Amino acid sequence: MRIAFFATCLADTLFPEAAKATVRLLERLGHEVVFPPQQTCCGQMHINTGYQKEALPLIKRYAKTFDPYDVIVVPSGSCAGSIRHQHAMVASAHGEPGPAARSESVAARTYELSELLIDVLQVEDVGAYYPHRVTYHPTCHSLRMTRVGDKPLRLLRQVRGIDLVELPAAEQCCGFGGTFAIKNAETSTAMLADKMTSIVSTGADVCTAGDTSCLMHIGGGLSRLRAGVRTVHLAEILASTEYS
Amino acid sequence: MSTFLGMPVTAPRGVGHLRGDQSFPDAAREALGNAQLRRNLRHATTTIRGKSGRVIAELPDWQELRDAGSAIKADAMARLPELLEQLETRVAEAGGVVHWAADANEANAIVTDLVRRTGSDRVIKVKSMATQEIGLNEALEAAGITPVETDLAELIVQLGDDKPSHILVPAIHRNRSEIREIFLRAMPGVDPALTDDPPVLAAAARRYLRETFLSTKVAVSGANFAIADTGTLGVVESEGNGRMCLTLPDTLITVMGIEKVLPTWQDLEVFLQLLPRASTGERMNPYTTMWTGVTPGDGPQNFHLVLLDNGRSAVLSDPAGRSALHCIRCSACLNVCPVYERTGGHSYGSVYPGPIGAVLSPQLTGVADNASLPYASSLCGACFDACPVKIDIPSMLVHLRNKVPHGRAERAAMAAAAYTMDRPKLYASAQRAAKLARILGRRGRGLPPPLSGWTAGRDLPEFPKQTFRDWWAQREQP
Repeated sequence: MRIAFFATCLADTLFPEAAKATVRLLERLGHEVVFPPQQTCCGQMHINTGYQKEALPLIKRYAKTFDPYDVIVVPSGSCAGSIRHQHAMVASAHGEPGPAARSESVAARTYELSELLIDVLQVEDVGAYYPHRVTYHPTCHSLRMTRVGDKPLRLLRQVRGIDLVELPAAEQCCGFGGTFAIKNAETSTAMLADKMTSIVSTGADVCTAGDTSCLMHIGGGLSRLRAGVRTVHLAEILASTEYS
Repeated sequence: MSTFLGMPVTAPRGVGHLRGDQSFPDAAREALGNAQLRRNLRHATTTIRGKSGRVIAELPDWQELRDAGSAIKADAMARLPELLEQLETRVAEAGGVVHWAADANEANAIVTDLVRRTGSDRVIKVKSMATQEIGLNEALEAAGITPVETDLAELIVQLGDDKPSHILVPAIHRNRSEIREIFLRAMPGVDPALTDDPPVLAAAARRYLRETFLSTKVAVSGANFAIADTGTLGVVESEGNGRMCLTLPDTLITVMGIEKVLPTWQDLEVFLQLLPRASTGERMNPYTTMWTGVTPGDGPQNFHLVLLDNGRSAVLSDPAGRSALHCIRCSACLNVCPVYERTGGHSYGSVYPGPIGAVLSPQLTGVADNASLPYASSLCGACFDACPVKIDIPSMLVHLRNKVPHGRAERAAMAAAAYTMDRPKLYASAQRAAKLARILGRRGRGLPPPLSGWTAGRDLPEFPKQTFRDWWAQREQP
């Protein structure tokens, strides 16, 4: 299958390993990945910070860039959620019915990584090997906006060598929340402290999730504490094999 | 009185409790440092969440009930003027008197005047959010009338000269040893040997309140529901103190937000299932009191209903915000909110804290007066899933953020970011330049404000040697 890849601005700029892993994984499964270079950012930061007018060109850019493709994958539950639940809404709220319709059509072809694998490609065992103790944090937007359910866990359970341990209070927000992490830094950090306590209590050496944004926040906290736990994007685990 | 047919007005300043003295981040900073508060809140919200989750799981049709609750509220809001006039007619037919209050000042004046005319210098109160919202207690005190809160938690708050911090459990921020201290300090005639055993504390409150119930001629209540086609008012509660207030005095004055009206008696079937399970985690609340006007020889012989707007019509005028008026004050959104659990209710500045407060207060006052509240959320979405009437609080927060007046520096930064992100070549060079941020210190520790908020508790990731975009371009070259 020919799959268009939306890397997300954050993975493209700061976490290229997560983006490269997505490409490696899909190619290993026998699919063709294309990266339309006109892509930049989904605009969620602008929408959620109260700058819908500024987000509008980014919303249109996403729709225009990916309209030619039948299947689009995003290694982020949060960006997928914004594309599906905010793009058309913001465009129509700003009196742009044409772009809103196009956004809706492209959004319907946009899948978060675990959704693409399980719902579209119908594969649960991606042939991965990852011999580490891992705990999975279900990010809020993947859970309550994109509604990926237990798909990431179903994929992780099939990984060979993995020691998958359950995260206590897993569904509680880590405290990232985009610009919330800066505008309400103290509250965000208090939420993070509890999330880190839960992660450390599992004895895992890797915390994984489907969003680089939440992982940047959790990883930044764990690094500051020298907690000895790494954060790794779901795609990187699924892309790992005995040979790589 | 003149009638002005223009845009509905927001709740007035200088009266009531919809605006805080501090912004949310400033108030939250203080609350976060209070370890006792953090422990009380974590314990209380975790307990209620567990209880509520268990009884909700018992109902196979919970999701359908939520849909029904949402639909009934949407219908009621769509024909609110008609329903309110119907309610007025039915209440009057049943011997009650209906008063219309455009705002907090009018409502306070109406209630104060009604109490004065009874000659009583004391009123007993049923727990009510509407009267807290308008600052009725302060207005009564200014007129020489003593309001006595009879809900145990509201009494704790009142005796402690404190503010409520939760819609349903106003003293959630207090633990039993703090309550004992408050009673010893402020409760008239309290036993000096009082312990912090909950039954002992409850018994002390009961002894004090019982005398007050039997000797006070006027009660003030709120209402959970009003039924338009029967003129019936309803209050649901757990303690029975409400029942005492609603039945013992000669005069009952009910202050109710106009959004509480329901079309028919049958609609209660939905809400009396939704409310207790979502709020206290009970299958049924212990006391449900309903009354229709005046019944000769039984209960209060004078009944007044004050219908309060105080910004509600303004909320109703915004299609993307109006469903905040569907709220039935169950506080499920507070109990599941990771922000509320850590900051407590006082940080929100308004009597309506938590997620629903973050969307309701700014709409009642106008967003400029509560500009920090729409940002008091990580948009995690737990509130939307928990809401028994399916209010999409996260989407409404995003909508309100778009109406907040932004600061100049932030506006410039966001415009520059959007400009760059809409130009892939410029964006790619900005990505490369971002690596220079390393000169700001190892892992970003030298970032200037407001970005220093990030690095106060978190490291920045190491900047990669190559962006994904550059890696891809290199790979594509033959």
